[in-house]
Amino acid sequence: MSIALTTDQVTKIYGEGSSAVTAVDRVSFEVGDGEFIAVVGPSGSGKTTLLAMLATLLRPSSGSIKIDGQDLGRMKIRQRTRFRRQNIGFTFQANNLVPFLTALENVELMLRLNKSLNKDGRKRAKEMLDRLGLSHRLNNLPNQLSGGEQQRVAIARAMVHEPSLVLADEPTASLDTQRAYQVVETFANLIHEQKRAGIMVTHDLRMVTYVDKVISMVDGIIDQITTDRDSIDSMANTIQTTPGSDVLVEEKANSEPEPVSPEISR
Amino acid sequence: MSFFLSFKEIWRNKGRYLLFSLVIALITTLVLFIAALAGGLSKANREYIDNIQADLLVYQDEADLIISASRLDNDILTDLRRMEGVADAGGIGFSSATVVSPLVEDGIDVSLIGTEPGRPGNPEILDGRALIRDRANEAVIDTPLAESLGVKPGDQIVIQTVQGTEKELFDLTVVGLSGSNQYFFQPAVFTPIQTWDDIKPQDSGARRSARVIFNIAAVQFYGPENIDSMIPVIERNIDGIQAVDKQTAILSLPGYTAQQSTLNTQQAFTLLIGVLVLGGFFQIQTIQKIAQIGMLKAIGTSNGTVAGMTIMQIITISVFGVVLGVVGTLLISLGMPQEIPAEFNSGAILGAIAALLIIGPIGGLVSIRLALKVEPLRAIGL
Repeated sequence: MSIALTTDQVTKIYGEGSSAVTAVDRVSFEVGDGEFIAVVGPSGSGKTTLLAMLATLLRPSSGSIKIDGQDLGRMKIRQRTRFRRQNIGFTFQANNLVPFLTALENVELMLRLNKSLNKDGRKRAKEMLDRLGLSHRLNNLPNQLSGGEQQRVAIARAMVHEPSLVLADEPTASLDTQRAYQVVETFANLIHEQKRAGIMVTHDLRMVTYVDKVISMVDGIIDQITTDRDSIDSMANTIQTTPGSDVLVEEKANSEPEPVSPEISR
Repeated sequence: MSFFLSFKEIWRNKGRYLLFSLVIALITTLVLFIAALAGGLSKANREYIDNIQADLLVYQDEADLIISASRLDNDILTDLRRMEGVADAGGIGFSSATVVSPLVEDGIDVSLIGTEPGRPGNPEILDGRALIRDRANEAVIDTPLAESLGVKPGDQIVIQTVQGTEKELFDLTVVGLSGSNQYFFQPAVFTPIQTWDDIKPQDSGARRSARVIFNIAAVQFYGPENIDSMIPVIERNIDGIQAVDKQTAILSLPGYTAQQSTLNTQQAFTLLIGVLVLGGFFQIQTIQKIAQIGMLKAIGTSNGTVAGMTIMQIITISVFGVVLGVVGTLLISLGMPQEIPAEFNSGAILGAIAALLIIGPIGGLVSIRLALKVEPLRAIGL
């Protein structure tokens, strides 16, 4: 497995002097191709700031970030925009899709932005949506899709241009439990199959079930990196078995799953 | 890319954008009608002066370029014709009269214009012949007036003027038709200068002069290239006159400048309203789309694409609205009563359309700036 992303002592400080706040403090980790990791932590732990730096939206105050060997710190604004467009896939917790484009057009948007929308690209966009169980929704506008369907379209868009790194910011925040599991599972399967490096920022520990590594952040620093499968499953299950969480488990058992193509289900 | 996004957004929000195009269409209609009204009123006031085949118009010095206040006689004309470089000069007299016609109740008010046959000041003849004698009960009339009266060359018209306190009628034979030559908002009836002097309205008890007194003189040069240098020469050599070019004469027509500047101000304010309405609409649109623009930038859309998208929408909506407005104005103008002096002059209309097309991007500048300032970090709530 080759390394897609390397962060080395990445630090982000907002403000100056006595009002300076260190949002991310000397964070170092690596993500390989086909590896799906979760960055978890409470609000204010620095996970969103870290995501913004990985997405080239923010410059670190110090340290370096390399994606496919390219140092983001050396890039100018235009280069970073182009790099983001070509090498990074992105899904967000809300406002994921362009409201006036159909599901297919939203997926094709990344290809258009990269000037690579050709016959093959169109075919790949359709196949991607098909694999995500949305072949019957190609021409629907976002407001005609459920939250889960919208997230799946966003996942297709994030991956259709075959980026090195796929970032997901709280992809399950606006979904119910059942749909949240489906979306993350779908995401994980695609990351593994297509050998992309995937990073999901979430505050919902239940979703780590599908990841290969969990980076826990507290107050801007990495508190713990969990790679052991049992430990990760235990982390996810801890939440499901805590008092009051049985409602979520019951919901998961009773609700009708949305159609997802069998080959991407675990 | 910009075109694709802007087209899709407009297409998928047709109702909203159509409604806004209609607002632009209404502004366009208003601007075009004001332009047409300014053109029509301007033409109705100045058309004859515009048409005079002359390089200079000469007024009595004390008249302050007011035609009705100016009094000139034949001596001035003789002096003018003797000046070096002057090809010819003709006296022109202006007054008002009414053409009595069984076809039109109360008659048609006209500008009664006396000209010297064969001299500058006579209109171009489209049908029939020009005036040829200094005193003859003949007239050349505007074609539109002839159509209203239902007369043609060879027919007679009856002119009514006030002599003292009494109305008097004069029969004139129409010998020729000219193009439209409105003066002071009235169609023109041209008569030989001495006939004009005979039938023009007279004050009660006024002594009729042995010599014909007219209002202005039209002067033609052999070469029109030295008009400016000739003015001081003429004014220096002939006492008691003021010579001006036609444009100055037009601007000095009573009420002309005030009327045109009023209408131009209205037009400018309508365009300003257009800028504000367009600016407001696109600004609200952009504010509503801040999250969407942030997301687009976060996935790698360049600022150029985002700005291009906004600009194309502004241009599309502006062009569509202006086209709708022009078509609407055209349709309305077809059914417009003749009494409304709207004149759709192509130059003025094209100018107004250009202004309307420019106000779109101007109005949208704020929203473009707003769109460019949206940070992609908004997409992740930072």
